[in-house]
Amino acid sequence: MGENKKLIEINNLKKYFPIKKGILNKTTSLVKAVDSVSFTINKGETLGLVGESGCGKTTCGRTIIKLYEPTDGQIIYDGVDIAKLSNKEMVPYRKKMQMIFQDPYASLDSRMTVGDIVGEAIDIHKLMSGKERSERIHYLLERVGLNSEHANRYPHEFSGGQRQRIGIARALAVQPEFIICDEPISALDVSIQAQVVNMLEDLQSDFGLTYLFIAHDLSMVKHISNKVGVMYLGVMMEVAESNELYTHPMHPYTQALLSAIPVPDPKITRGKKRIVLEGEIPSPIDPPPGCRFKGRCKFAKPICSEITPELKDIGSGHFVACHLY
Amino acid sequence: MEKLLQVNDLKTSFFTHVGEVKAVRGVSFYLDKGEALGIVGESGSGKSITMMSIMKLLSDNGKIINGDIYFEGKNLVKADEGEMEKIRGNDISMIFQDPMTSLNPVLKIGDQITEPIIKHKNMNKAEAYKRAAHMLSLVGIPSPEDRMKQYPHEFSGGMRQRVMIAMALSCDPKLLIADEPTTALDVTIQAQILELMKELREKINTSIILITHDLGVVADVCSRINVMYGGLLVETANTDDLFYDSRHPYTWGLLGSVPNPNTLIRERLKPIEGQPPDLLNPPKGCPFAPRCEYTMKICMTDRPPMFEIGENHKAACWLNHKDAPKVSSPFKRGDK
Ligand SMILES: Nc1ncnc2c1ncn2[C@@H]1O[C@H](COP(=O)(O)OP(=O)(O)OP(=O)(O)O)[C@@H](O)[C@H]1O
Ligand SMILES: Nc1ncnc2c1ncn2[C@@H]1O[C@H](COP(=O)(O)OP(=O)(O)OP(=O)(O)O)[C@@H](O)[C@H]1O
Ligand SMILES: [Mg+2]
Ligand SMILES: [Mg+2]
Repeated sequence: MGENKKLIEINNLKKYFPIKKGILNKTTSLVKAVDSVSFTINKGETLGLVGESGCGKTTCGRTIIKLYEPTDGQIIYDGVDIAKLSNKEMVPYRKKMQMIFQDPYASLDSRMTVGDIVGEAIDIHKLMSGKERSERIHYLLERVGLNSEHANRYPHEFSGGQRQRIGIARALAVQPEFIICDEPISALDVSIQAQVVNMLEDLQSDFGLTYLFIAHDLSMVKHISNKVGVMYLGVMMEVAESNELYTHPMHPYTQALLSAIPVPDPKITRGKKRIVLEGEIPSPIDPPPGCRFKGRCKFAKPICSEITPELKDIGSGHFVACHLY
Repeated sequence: MEKLLQVNDLKTSFFTHVGEVKAVRGVSFYLDKGEALGIVGESGSGKSITMMSIMKLLSDNGKIINGDIYFEGKNLVKADEGEMEKIRGNDISMIFQDPMTSLNPVLKIGDQITEPIIKHKNMNKAEAYKRAAHMLSLVGIPSPEDRMKQYPHEFSGGMRQRVMIAMALSCDPKLLIADEPTTALDVTIQAQILELMKELREKINTSIILITHDLGVVADVCSRINVMYGGLLVETANTDDLFYDSRHPYTWGLLGSVPNPNTLIRERLKPIEGQPPDLLNPPKGCPFAPRCEYTMKICMTDRPPMFEIGENHKAACWLNHKDAPKVSSPFKRGDK
């Protein structure tokens, strides 16, 4: 893996949201949604991002494409740190980086037809018009398992899964290089999940696309990702090559997560031993120092409350942030 | 056992500018007290609309055009809005599929959760507030008192979903309809929520209808499963029979689509080829016939009846006719 193959390099990325109170609207505390996240993604590869709900995955994705202004850290895209670029300087990057959003209901404008939703980015970047534009829209709709007649209908006429496919078609419309897929398949039925994942893989090999794939379905993440990162409460806890992570999870949180995967086989799932996480789920609002997982970790030692463990390489590209190692 | 819910030949359509969308085309099923029924199936097959019909929460252009829905012996199809309002949130609670649009963006989370508790549980504001905070901590939301002062957009997708779950559980319903309740949740919190639902069932005998695409979740929680396709129920069986002895090619395709959890090689996934039926002009015969590997002549012309396979097990596929060729599922558990 040569340095030059890297498309994305994230270094100590942070995003804090202020909580304001009172008539003076004073910032009283901070939600540290992303608090030190680092990883790299090579061109043409996929990094899977998993972790507890609310741990900052979506915020991380939105900050990388600068829908949110980063609080701190570097976002190196193809050799350029875009973290501090102005809106104007960001313009060429907006087309290269697309996002498939988590919530297929809130993210589609209900007054626009499906065709116009899919074509919006084509129009913004003035890429095509007329017949060429509508042919591209029809092609995209069919590519994601809808049909071209759907172009004239409105989002509320579609089921949850159908709406998510509209969002995928929209992201593909401008032929981006890098796509952040924020739970692109959780609303789909398993057969269409398989179709969409095969489609994302085909598009990846045809166009050399690079993905950040956020999901909760760990067996799907394992299937699609070259590397997987595990986040907990705003912090990257473990990153490793995907088979390595699933066969040798090091962080106690990763171990608990993998043990809780529901298996689509009643006899196996009934007999499965889960690591149940005890203890209070901590809040990202002004989190205390030390390891974020310590309150629920059965291996916690005094040092875990004092020093925040660094994400370090424990061999062959397996990174873990835990005082056990 | 007494049936809590009995749905007979339900048909629901939407009248749109392009025509009548036949979303539910004759669905019958029942639910016992304290039972957990799973509903799986193709996206757009009518799972949510069947439930919205039971709740009578269809959009203005949607209408129940046929059938009966008996809840504790009362036909909800004939109930007026006033009666439905008493039932909703009290006897029957629903966790909706879209957590963002079901929460009011301009109201604080706390106010949204306490309102139904005040209304249905006869509590004063302070008591309701306490119960709401307790429910939020049960579904794994830390510092609930602070969080109740925030607005929905300040919550992550999964946290909104948990707020919806807390709301649905807060009034101890007799029937809980959960439409994709855990899609936005990580597996550890999902396990916690499913545990909570199991407890509810054991403690207060709540019946549960769980719609999900996650076959692992139904395998874990449900004792019986309905499979829907193209606005119809195509198979129903006890959980083990559905996983190990299914009799419908659509179910086979469904079970075969999920990634093999026990491999280190990247195998290509096997989706069901083809497109789902257009519900504006649903096919005359079996809705799955155009995508089915085993299609016979009759499948294109006649809709298959529900063939009785065994106890609680029925499948709407002509392969179960006594004169049909014998084929069995290409998908075997244990392969994986
Ligand atoms: N616009 C915002 N204002 C204030 N707080 C926010 C905002 N967006 C997110 N947060 C907070 O940041 C934290 C991380 O949220 P985020 O949506 O990134 O989580 P997530 O990992 O994507 O979770 P999920 O799996 O549930 O989608 C949460 O505590 C959330 O409440
Ligand atoms: N308001 C509406 N107007 C027109 N058609 C509608 C409307 N609501 C739903 N439909 C159609 O009814 C059918 C059934 O939708 P439903 O939401 O029940 O699907 P579902 O099985 O829940 O799918 P998913 O798994 O994607 O949530 C779909 O084909 C959908 O397009
Ligand atoms: Mg998210
Ligand atoms: Mg639905």
